[in-house]
Amino acid sequence: MSLDIQNSEDLPLLQVSNTTKLYGGRIGCKDVSFDLYPGEVLAIVGESGSGKTTLLNCLATRLTPTSGSVNYRNRMGQMRNLYEMSEAERRMLMRTDWGFVHQHPADGLRMTVSAGANVGERLMAVGARHYGNIRDTATDWLGRVEIAEDRIDDDPRAFSGGMRQRLQIARNLVTAPRLVFMDEPTGGLDVSVQARLLDLLRGLVADLGLSVIIVTHDLAVARLLSHRILVMRHGHVIESGLTDQVLDDPQESYTQLLVSSILQP
Amino acid sequence: MTERVETQGISGEHYNFAYLDEQTKRMIRRAILKGIAVPGYQVPFAAREMPMPYGWGTGGVQVTAAVIGKNDCLKMIDQGSDDTTNAVALRNFFVETTGVDTTTKTKDASIIQTRHRIPEENLTKDQVLVYQVPIPEPLRFLEPRETETRKMHALEEYGLMHVKLYEDIAKFGHIATAYAYPVMVQDRYVMDPSPTPKFDNPKMDQMEALQLFGAGREKRIYAIPPHTKVVSLDFEDHPFEVTKFEQPCAICGAEEIYLDEVILDDAGNRMFVCSDSDFCEERRDVGHVGHLGTNPLEAEGND
Amino acid sequence: MYVAVKGGEKAIRNAHKLMARDRRGDTSVPSLSLKQVSEQLYLSVSRVMAEGSLYDAELAALGIKQSRGDLIEAAFLMRAYRTTLPRFGYSKPIGTAKMLIRRRISATYKDLPGGQLLGPTFDYTQRLLDFKLAADGEAPTPEVQEFEKEEVVPRVTDLLNEEGLIEPDESIAPDAPVGDITREPLTFPADRDLRLQNLARGDEGFLLALGYSTQRGFGRTHPFAGEIRLGEVEVDFFMEELGFEVPLGTMTVTECQMINQFQGSASAPPQFTRGYGLVPGQGERKVMAMALVDRSLRAEELGEEIDSPTQDQEFVLSHSDNVQATGFVEHLKLPHYVDFQSELELIRKVRKEWQEKREAAEQELIAEAAQ
Repeated sequence: MSLDIQNSEDLPLLQVSNTTKLYGGRIGCKDVSFDLYPGEVLAIVGESGSGKTTLLNCLATRLTPTSGSVNYRNRMGQMRNLYEMSEAERRMLMRTDWGFVHQHPADGLRMTVSAGANVGERLMAVGARHYGNIRDTATDWLGRVEIAEDRIDDDPRAFSGGMRQRLQIARNLVTAPRLVFMDEPTGGLDVSVQARLLDLLRGLVADLGLSVIIVTHDLAVARLLSHRILVMRHGHVIESGLTDQVLDDPQESYTQLLVSSILQP
Repeated sequence: MTERVETQGISGEHYNFAYLDEQTKRMIRRAILKGIAVPGYQVPFAAREMPMPYGWGTGGVQVTAAVIGKNDCLKMIDQGSDDTTNAVALRNFFVETTGVDTTTKTKDASIIQTRHRIPEENLTKDQVLVYQVPIPEPLRFLEPRETETRKMHALEEYGLMHVKLYEDIAKFGHIATAYAYPVMVQDRYVMDPSPTPKFDNPKMDQMEALQLFGAGREKRIYAIPPHTKVVSLDFEDHPFEVTKFEQPCAICGAEEIYLDEVILDDAGNRMFVCSDSDFCEERRDVGHVGHLGTNPLEAEGND
Repeated sequence: MYVAVKGGEKAIRNAHKLMARDRRGDTSVPSLSLKQVSEQLYLSVSRVMAEGSLYDAELAALGIKQSRGDLIEAAFLMRAYRTTLPRFGYSKPIGTAKMLIRRRISATYKDLPGGQLLGPTFDYTQRLLDFKLAADGEAPTPEVQEFEKEEVVPRVTDLLNEEGLIEPDESIAPDAPVGDITREPLTFPADRDLRLQNLARGDEGFLLALGYSTQRGFGRTHPFAGEIRLGEVEVDFFMEELGFEVPLGTMTVTECQMINQFQGSASAPPQFTRGYGLVPGQGERKVMAMALVDRSLRAEELGEEIDSPTQDQEFVLSHSDNVQATGFVEHLKLPHYVDFQSELELIRKVRKEWQEKREAAEQELIAEAAQ
């Protein structure tokens, strides 16, 4: 098959086959397979302990799977097995082509350096050496995540939870990544703050044409953001499909239970 | 002129030439050679316990001990001067354990061991400059873990270093690093030049002499071979600048050299004089005089 | 010639003379003999031998005398001397099960083979200043029981091991190379042989504080003092030239085996885990602290969450050496005026700019107000 750019839009960005993670004898996640296409938002839902975060970490090379493979199509159009790449290549991916939004912003931010430097770090990591340009880009990104320009020299410690989360998102998106992983990005926030963040995320994802894999226990978040959904239980994917389809007409009894217990219109 | 100090006391038959046994010297020389082969890379070495405290020059002393021979002439400086207390103590150590000639003249020395300064006079291809290094890791205060910083060097992940410089400019309008100013060596390794003032950084670039760095407590050796590219980190729109002093040396009149500030009285009067004491003396010997004429401290006659 | 610190050479020489005079103190009081130090201040001597990594009570006594009783300085003198000594090789491992025991206690059993032997200890003494000592009281004569030299007193961990209740000693091939932190720079992660070496010469106060922090919950390990023993062991050396082992003599050591919380998994049944401490000479507080810290440092190996300083190899091992620590802390006494000068220049410049900016802003406000 030819790998020219024309076609690559129609080819999967990420191919996950039989990914399994065992902790001793206990199952973290087992035999998970799916393809993710460019511009697609995939939600992984399930209760806590269902294996969704383990799976996310396996995909994002934060955890080595016990077996199975994860292939990623790089900007040159080549499909590469993540676990056969060198550490240098993987770390390069993580700070350019990928983003990772943690549930707790403190895990993804440098809390003791300014908001501007937090956003600028990735640019500097890939060689940006013009202070003024870095600062302009940071200012622009703070604006896009609705953080006032005059907060650029403040530490995230002085920010509210919602602002920190928006800053973490800006920090990840500044290098125009193609794939962003999110782990319960609205998890620790008040309901009103959550709603604003979800709106913002939806807009950014659409504008930038991002591919996203988002882990959430909140089916409302999945409904709002995702195109497709994987439902996990005890480390297995028990149901998958288009988000609206799965949430409106769940086939598995467990999914039915989830939907009925959480998602009352 | 070279001076030879009378030796007495504990050395001689009890200790090997330059204190370290030959096996240890060979081990250190291997580390030095590796350092020269990979400029700016910190080579771990099995630093020995030395008869002076860690942090007081044990790394520099071990490097010097490994390269010094009977025909060498050693200059030992601290803060640019030959007569500071620790320079005296370390010079005496080598006099006692090697009996080599020592000198205060930069141009007469074949090995110059230094703490915190690079001599003002250009060094030549026949000289070795040995730096005493307290913390060899330029990333240490950004990332305290050795395991992580070694990875960052291996993968050339130096973004964090620029984050620090960015923060300085954002807060102070300048890169607020005045000494131990990080450099990029031969386009590959970010290196700590030891706590020399950034004024001295440009001297490291394309230097004719071999530069060796020893950190005893941290057990690292690194090197800059002659004629190596050494660039101080900066931003395009905030380029590296050396410290400029507004006045010349008060007693020899030299300009564009590094000065020490000396407080003369409790009314806030002060003078600025050369930090490199040999450089200052040479100039005065050939008739240069600064605006204070002679040294006011000496004129008062310290007894 | 101008220098800020003038006459360095002369000043140093005189400072050392002053030091020597103060060390001697009042000359009407007799000078200490090394024997007096090594016999009567043996616990200081032990600490200096342990932290100085050199088993020689007389040299340690000399170090203590020369350092005026500053034990870190004395350990430093020992280290600096030790590094110049030629090395003939490594002894065979000492066998503490074959120790000629002077003290042996277990907190985990009421009685056990070999018995509880209280031995020389401060434990259970009333901590009352003993004014009889000030008056040069003579020592009482304790009862002494003779032991069979060949008697083997099994270690508590060996007893537990028979039941499989405690993890066995790590199975290491007898000819497996043992690291040497005095010959190779420590890199991380460090294996247990290197960690134990580092702790054995580590600062007693530092290990004590770390061990204590684990007891208070910062990386809790649920320890029991399985056994503490003190006594003499034989040191053997294999002579390559002769092809057999020769005894080099005996040395005093103190050993502590901690028994810690048990662990189990699907593949391994629940077992107690161990922490180990051993120092030359008599150093009970040190070996207990060492055993606590050793166990904490095994967190990663045992799959425990690492969230406390004592579980953090790099933190513990990089800062345990008091000779390194004292050197670097005290090096702040050295002249730093060149660095300081460049900071002075910078702070003046930055302050000046700040001032100008502020004045400009004020002017603007005044101008606005005037309008």
